[in-house]
Amino acid sequence: MTNPVNDRHPMTGNEMSGDAAGGMERHRYDVVVVGAGGAGLRAAIAAHDAGARTAIVCKSLLGKAHTVMAEGGIAAAMGNRWPEDNWEVHFRDTMRGGKMLNNWRMAQLHAQEAPERVMELEDWGALFDRTDDGLISQRDFGGHKYARLAHVGDRTGLEMIRTLQQRAVSLGIDVFMECTVTDVMLDQGDGGKVSGAFGYWRETGRFVLFETPSVILATGGIGKSFKVTSNSWEYTGDGHALAMRAGASLINMEFVQFHPTGMVWPPSVKGLLVTESVRGDGGVLKNAEGQRFMFDYIPEYFKSETADTVEEADAWYDDKKSNRRPPELLPRDEVARAINSEIKAGRGTPHGGIYLDIASRRSPEFIRKRLPSMYHQFKELADVDITAEPMEIGPTCHYVMGGVEVDADTQQSAVTGLYAVGECSGGMHGSNRLGGNSLGDLLVFGKRAGEAATAYTASLGEDRPKVDEADVKAAERSALAPFEVSDSLAQGGENPYTIQSDLQQSMNDLVGIIRTAPELERSLSEIEAFKVRAASMKVEGHRQYNPGWHLALDLRNMLVVSEAIAKAALAREESRGGHTRDDFPGPSEEWATKNLVVDLNADGTGIDLHEKPLPEMPDELKKYFEPAAAEPPAESKEGK
Amino acid sequence: MGYQLKMRVWRGDESGGDLGDYTVEVSEGEVVLDALHRVQATQAGDLAIRWNCKAGKCGSCSAEINGRPRLLCMSRLSDFEEDETITVTPLRTFPVIRDLVTDVSFNYEKARELPSFAPPPRDADNKRRMAQVDVERGQEFRKCIECFLCQNVCHVVRDHEENKPAFSGPRFFLRYAELDMHPLDTHDRRELAQGAAGLGMCNITKCCTEVCPEGIKITDNAIIPMKERVVDRKYDPLVWLGNKIGLRTKDNDGRTEV
Ligand SMILES: Cc1cc2nc3c(=O)[nH]c(=O)nc-3n(C[C@H](O)[C@H](O)[C@H](O)COP(=O)(O)OP(=O)(O)OC[C@H]3O[C@@H](n4cnc5c(N)ncnc54)[C@H](O)[C@@H]3O)c2cc1C
Ligand code: SF4
Ligand code: SF4
Ligand code: FES
Repeated sequence: MTNPVNDRHPMTGNEMSGDAAGGMERHRYDVVVVGAGGAGLRAAIAAHDAGARTAIVCKSLLGKAHTVMAEGGIAAAMGNRWPEDNWEVHFRDTMRGGKMLNNWRMAQLHAQEAPERVMELEDWGALFDRTDDGLISQRDFGGHKYARLAHVGDRTGLEMIRTLQQRAVSLGIDVFMECTVTDVMLDQGDGGKVSGAFGYWRETGRFVLFETPSVILATGGIGKSFKVTSNSWEYTGDGHALAMRAGASLINMEFVQFHPTGMVWPPSVKGLLVTESVRGDGGVLKNAEGQRFMFDYIPEYFKSETADTVEEADAWYDDKKSNRRPPELLPRDEVARAINSEIKAGRGTPHGGIYLDIASRRSPEFIRKRLPSMYHQFKELADVDITAEPMEIGPTCHYVMGGVEVDADTQQSAVTGLYAVGECSGGMHGSNRLGGNSLGDLLVFGKRAGEAATAYTASLGEDRPKVDEADVKAAERSALAPFEVSDSLAQGGENPYTIQSDLQQSMNDLVGIIRTAPELERSLSEIEAFKVRAASMKVEGHRQYNPGWHLALDLRNMLVVSEAIAKAALAREESRGGHTRDDFPGPSEEWATKNLVVDLNADGTGIDLHEKPLPEMPDELKKYFEPAAAEPPAESKEGK
Repeated sequence: MGYQLKMRVWRGDESGGDLGDYTVEVSEGEVVLDALHRVQATQAGDLAIRWNCKAGKCGSCSAEINGRPRLLCMSRLSDFEEDETITVTPLRTFPVIRDLVTDVSFNYEKARELPSFAPPPRDADNKRRMAQVDVERGQEFRKCIECFLCQNVCHVVRDHEENKPAFSGPRFFLRYAELDMHPLDTHDRRELAQGAAGLGMCNITKCCTEVCPEGIKITDNAIIPMKERVVDRKYDPLVWLGNKIGLRTKDNDGRTEV
């Protein structure tokens, strides 16, 4: 089936001209967005609205990106349930959740702009759950002072991606589906500015070149480097690696979020997410002895705002003014560590998890209504009826706080013309992300990046950076290398699937939720060994829709990103947020003021690391964190 | 616990292909997608499969298992006998690209033909108001994960390639119904649904509803009400009032036909 207008494949956008020079097709755009999750779609819509000729490129079909899996909701201080809520409270919660390592400016912009970004989704057709007076409903989540997450049952991500997808389609934005970008092209003659993006069609294996001065990376996370993860095959850190290869830096890579509640049984679904909404809606954590252990793990930092008795915790659901929050709703890093300790202490369940119980606390109707996909997921995949029995859960690798270092207002990296948004950018969440803050992040910064990239392209006029043909040839050679290896090695090298699975095991064991120097050092030497093995891996078959080849290319990204995580984790000698060192159990004042920045080393074979002071927060924002101002000042509450 | 599963998997491309035989070790609690992944990792590195979430949420992994359209990631091996051979083939209605991966572009083209949501301005305080009861019907349809299994089984296109241009299929009847029932939409899409989208070609066999992994009652809740609304544009038998908030007394009041 071809589209008669321009002879392009209607689904993939592939130009079906097999005789194009060298079997490669070329396109020219003002802005190319790599990724079609919430961040990429929002960025593309913004670029289009600002007047740019825009393309979206994504590895999967449109509408299947990771954002589709998000469950709980979008954090935005709309004040629909709690008029007391406003951006200042949200800002404070975000910074405290990230243990003050967040880029303050990003946290501020996010808190200020998220409500309008959510309203926009509604303008475009999203159907959120409602409050009794017809407004968008908001639910409770860990670390958020007020019920703040706009949601649709437990399938908020699906609603969000479908809304953005339908919007992008109705605007006529070009989408290149099942097309993987493997290189960002630079004009070395023009100060190393972005000149394009290079990739291949998964379907045909043919190459494609986008000539564009602005590339927005929106490729999501890195979770596939870990064995137990809630993330899909796409999460191989492509954007992180592309940015580093183009000369940009990553920050905060030591901070990987382990979500406290992943499924633990059966093995085939180990790691699959159990949404935090289960706890937000009344679910509690118990060990094998039936004890609600979270009361034993309330850290000093959150004591003043956390209930210390079961009575107060239970009363909170109905009366949030006179009671403090249950400890089950502490930020994720705290809960994940507590669960880990309980299991290690031998109080785990038969399958090595702990119990998450909502069945004994809410009616079956309530559970099915509020948590339909959790009900479905457990029923279908584990034969567990969550309205009648507790779930068995344990920590799972979920989200990477680290990502491309960008300017807070424009999302531009250190490379002119290269932008990063969503999970593949860094800074917004500091050392730990609050639930619901990712979806808001995608929308707020997606829009900003789309607009900034368009403005930059427009400022160039006709004088655009050029793609060097020698670089195109080099990109082709590099992408085909896995096939060459198998031809040249008579014996044939190793299968990429084996290397990937060994890497996942190694990262899980050595760079997981609790870390120590000797283990991190071992992980770095194992990564070196994986690099050697990867250099001679063997790929079967030909270039058409060949997952083995695709994995071989993704694996290179996984390796460089894994090295960045392990190196940064070894350097940061303290415990903070998503980074816990057994040999340095507490936070340190010295580390509280600096970020770790990683770059690709000069010959491109490994990672360089350096320290950088945190950006200084202005005084008018500092006041929210002074001990006396545990609450934002009264007059600011007016500003809802 | 673990056992050796016999599988037959369709291998080939648009020019043709065959069922390949594989025997693979599987264990308790696994789904068909796990078995296929193990085949891929150990025996056929280039076996093409589409998948993402492995949790029934993204709708990527649609295929036919023993001739029945299913999601590979939600089909548990325990639903089959241990000595039963499981045969996996690509969706029949769409052209094969390679192995289990088909060209579902038909669906993306149909999506482009749909006039989008057209809301009135926001309320004075910059918010919008809708009652929960009013959004719930649309919400049922928006659970759709676009697995296209309903599109695959619908006999109007399954064996009739020639019907494809004029028929958008059950997934898109859902979209028309969703917009038509949206408490705030200002367009009247009934004519368009009947004409351009081919609602009239559907003869309510309900095959689509039977395969929907999200349990959406496509025929009862979307297609039949849409057909009724098309037939009688003066009297709507299924008036669901925006009564809580009093937006409209009747669904189609104030809508512009598109
Ligand atoms: C199970 C689960 C539940 C979650 N629930 C919540 C929640 O309730 N609230 C919340 O705020 N957050 C939640 N999160 C986190 C949040 O969903 C993600 O962080 C967010 O969706 C990431 O969006 P993104 O746009 O950055 O990337 P994604 O949505 O992952 O999109 C990445 C895109 O990049 C493309 N891509 C990647 N590499 C390439 C390449 N090389 N070439 C071309 N394209 C490429 C992919 O195909 C994809 O289209 C959840 C995450 C998971 C896993
Ligand atoms: S009910 Fe209509 S749309 Fe559904 S399968 Fe039958 S003919 Fe197709
Ligand atoms: S309506 Fe159901 S069967 Fe059809 S595409 Fe949507 S989820 Fe799949
Ligand atoms: S892989 Fe997402 S539905 Fe099966």
